[in-house]
Amino acid sequence: MTRRLQTNEKKNYQKLVENTAPKPNYFTNCIWAFVVGGIICIIGQFVHNMIENNLGLTHLEATNATILVMIFLGAALTGLGVYDRIGKKAGAGSIVPITGFANSVVSPAMEYKREGFIFGVAARMFILAGPVLVYGITSSVIVGIIYYLLK
Amino acid sequence: MVALKKIGRQTIKFLNPPSILTTASIVGPKEGEGPLAQYYDEVLEDDLFGEDSWEKAESKLVKEAVKIAIRKAKLKIPDIEFMLGGDLLNQLMSTSFAARDLEIPFYGLYGACSTMAESLNLAAVLIDGGYADKVVATTSSHFSSAERQFRYPLELGNQRAPTAQWTVTGSGAAILTSNGNGPFITYSTIGKVIDFGIVDSNNMGAAMAPAAANTITTHLMDTGLQPKEYDLIITGDLGKYGRDIAIELMKKEGFEIVKNFTDCGIENF
Repeated sequence: MTRRLQTNEKKNYQKLVENTAPKPNYFTNCIWAFVVGGIICIIGQFVHNMIENNLGLTHLEATNATILVMIFLGAALTGLGVYDRIGKKAGAGSIVPITGFANSVVSPAMEYKREGFIFGVAARMFILAGPVLVYGITSSVIVGIIYYLLK
Repeated sequence: MVALKKIGRQTIKFLNPPSILTTASIVGPKEGEGPLAQYYDEVLEDDLFGEDSWEKAESKLVKEAVKIAIRKAKLKIPDIEFMLGGDLLNQLMSTSFAARDLEIPFYGLYGACSTMAESLNLAAVLIDGGYADKVVATTSSHFSSAERQFRYPLELGNQRAPTAQWTVTGSGAAILTSNGNGPFITYSTIGKVIDFGIVDSNNMGAAMAPAAANTITTHLMDTGLQPKEYDLIITGDLGKYGRDIAIELMKKEGFEIVKNFTDCGIENF
């Protein structure tokens, strides 16, 4: 009985907190994410067009080269301490593009550099990107097997 | 055998109330721009404090804060019989290394946000019990070392929730003595761990508010004192939102505490 009362009290409190806690402004956040994410994509498309037209690469090769350039930009801006400031405003707009992936690898590498290059940088580098890699690669393998069997 | 110095459910009454002799505080640049700037003994321009890691900087903060408190009291380091304190890091890294350099017999304490209250409380018990005459109580935290211990790398481009709180960069120390002229530590009420199941690490205020409200109301009931008899009732770091919840919770228990109730987190920034 007392136990149930306690859980009720807990539930009421959790509901109170849920209802009264200040909420982020989803509307402005969405606009920011859309604009900044869009700008990153436009830059990516611009780079892609330039590479495809000027370097004589095929469409797919140019895509791979563009990914390299965008990862480099994300990493460089992280190193310069700019990317986290963009991210504070843009949220998902700068997390979802591949520049955000570069940021999630470079930022722990910088953070843990003081613990050495093996146990610091190398061991901790994928602390945030690791789950994405593990489940991304695993699911790609599973999808590949299903595709092979269906074919 | 009756515990003579305990009253009510969870309150200690000091019969030989220890006195706070001196205090010292050092803070980082952001805190130095806050409304309390003029009260700090030292404001750092560089939050690395001339060291090569955040943890070393935090350790130096503790060491310097303790030294300033001792200097203000016109004492020498060996005059201090015990040091009580802690921080937020694994193995109380920064406080332990400071205690190593200061060579003062050391009690390491972990109470997270309540470490300062915990160390003052136990220091007062040592003095009231006649086990020591001069004790230093201290605590420290550093925004960057705490982010690293509990959250994300500094350069990660993520957003802070509106209820997320900012860890203070700084350290405080207080020297307690058995024969001073005050201010005195007269009562201390030890709180219970109260968990209402708030799991959002970006909303610590809501997670901690029920415990704070419970401890304050228990203190008032144990001592028979009224809220208005206090100049100030102050919590560690509930933040604006946590303070509002705590006020609501205490109202339910029949205590109207609004005017003289504030929070360090609100005052600091």
